Amino acid sequence: MMNSPGVAIEARGLTVVRGNRTVLRDLDFTVEPGRITGLLGPSGCGKSTLMRAVVGTQAKVTGTLDVLGSPAGHPTLRPRIGYVTQAPSVYTDLTVRQNLDYFAAILQPGRRHRGARRAAIARAIAEVDLTSHADALAGTLSGGQLTRVSLAVALLGTPELLVLDEPTVGLDPVLRRDLWNLFHALAADRGTTLLVSSHVMDEAERCHRLLLMREGEILADDTPEALRTAAHVATVEEAFLHLVDVAATRQETVR
Amino acid sequence: MSAPHPQPQPAAPPLSPARTLATAARVLRQLTHDPRTVALLLLIPVVMITLLRYVFDGSPRTFDAIGASLLGIFPLITMFLVTSIATLRERTSGTLERLLAMPLGKGDLIGGYALAFGAVAIVQSLLATALSVWALGLDVTGSPWLLLLVALLDALLGTALGLFVSAFAASEFQAVQFMPAVIFPQLLLCGLFIARDRMAPVLEAISNVLPMSYAVDGMNEVLHHTDVTGDFIRDVLVVAGCALLVLTLGAATLRRRTA
Repeated sequence: MMNSPGVAIEARGLTVVRGNRTVLRDLDFTVEPGRITGLLGPSGCGKSTLMRAVVGTQAKVTGTLDVLGSPAGHPTLRPRIGYVTQAPSVYTDLTVRQNLDYFAAILQPGRRHRGARRAAIARAIAEVDLTSHADALAGTLSGGQLTRVSLAVALLGTPELLVLDEPTVGLDPVLRRDLWNLFHALAADRGTTLLVSSHVMDEAERCHRLLLMREGEILADDTPEALRTAAHVATVEEAFLHLVDVAATRQETVR
Repeated sequence: MSAPHPQPQPAAPPLSPARTLATAARVLRQLTHDPRTVALLLLIPVVMITLLRYVFDGSPRTFDAIGASLLGIFPLITMFLVTSIATLRERTSGTLERLLAMPLGKGDLIGGYALAFGAVAIVQSLLATALSVWALGLDVTGSPWLLLLVALLDALLGTALGLFVSAFAASEFQAVQFMPAVIFPQLLLCGLFIARDRMAPVLEAISNVLPMSYAVDGMNEVLHHTDVTGDFIRDVLVVAGCALLVLTLGAATLRRRTA
């Protein structure tokens, strides 16, 4: 069902340096198309940097990083990737609809696309359940609502790859469930590839595949079930802690 | 089953009129939600020029000279401030990163800002110039439309400078401090307080390379001559050239990839 068979993202020896600190160290991983891949790990482990590298906004990236068949950051990728940063990046002095109007005009400019834009905007607003707030000033919305406006912008262009940096932080349980249902619907119905970061381990269970990260390295790359089975534990959280302990012991031995 | 993805589009051209216009419309829409800023932008020059008129109540010649210069300086200063804060917000709120991850050309963003603030500057200058010429008795020998042209170019120069310095400011506090740093030296040396050729040679040489000097000279050419002089054309070209140059430098500060 995908037009890019095999892999959506492929990294070989991916390294990112910020200042004099190596934030990502020689990573190898792949992300399957049409699936939800969770990027999990504690704050500061390099999740956001990895996502920025995938989107092509991160400087000083070395190694190979191919996204949807092109090198990350290639201009032709820009309309094909939806990106939601951790902080909601929308204009607080515009209404929800005016925000979407503008970003839609960037994705699909010109008068002849006006109808298509209007439909895309209405759909995106409905998908994040903000129809009743469409004409509210973004600055007057709650934090969770603002996060959803930011998400709606990313949904506008029907992107093939959605990169979502902690999209459910600060949302109530009902909304979190609704958003995860939306993510699954996007993967199942549109074949969208999703790369979702979180530091909340219970969200891991909702992903098809997981990349567990710690201190700029990938500890594990597997399905939630496989991770639980391998560590003989009941939850991904326990599996993660187990892997951290193993990694720490290995480091001790090396020293 | 095939995913309903749109055909892969070619990369965005460096400048797309539709995207530039959309950006300008967005900037103006943001202003419509901020009526106080709009009121301040439009009224402050009007109030200041009126104040100036009565400060020089006894010497209308001085009012002519300083008034005409100020009509060129107001748009430069206000657009500098507004643009530096607006682009700084764009950088810190993450909207710039989002836009540059989208198929938006840097020229579209800068062109959009220049168009939007240029439009505001036209309204601002129209009000201030009309009031000065018709109500306050500013004695202009040349056409008031030429005053307006210089004012518009000054506004573009202000927009360009604001955009450029915002790259070097990490906060609003720093951004407003660039106002005295970038604008005040030009203000002191532009010939507003004393004719440039009566300054110490070093200062005159410095004033020769500062764009605001040409903005003020251009205003004074209109003030004293009925028709378009060669000096006026030189002044206009210098101001326009500087605006363009600084806009290009500003574009270079917009990085798609940041650390």
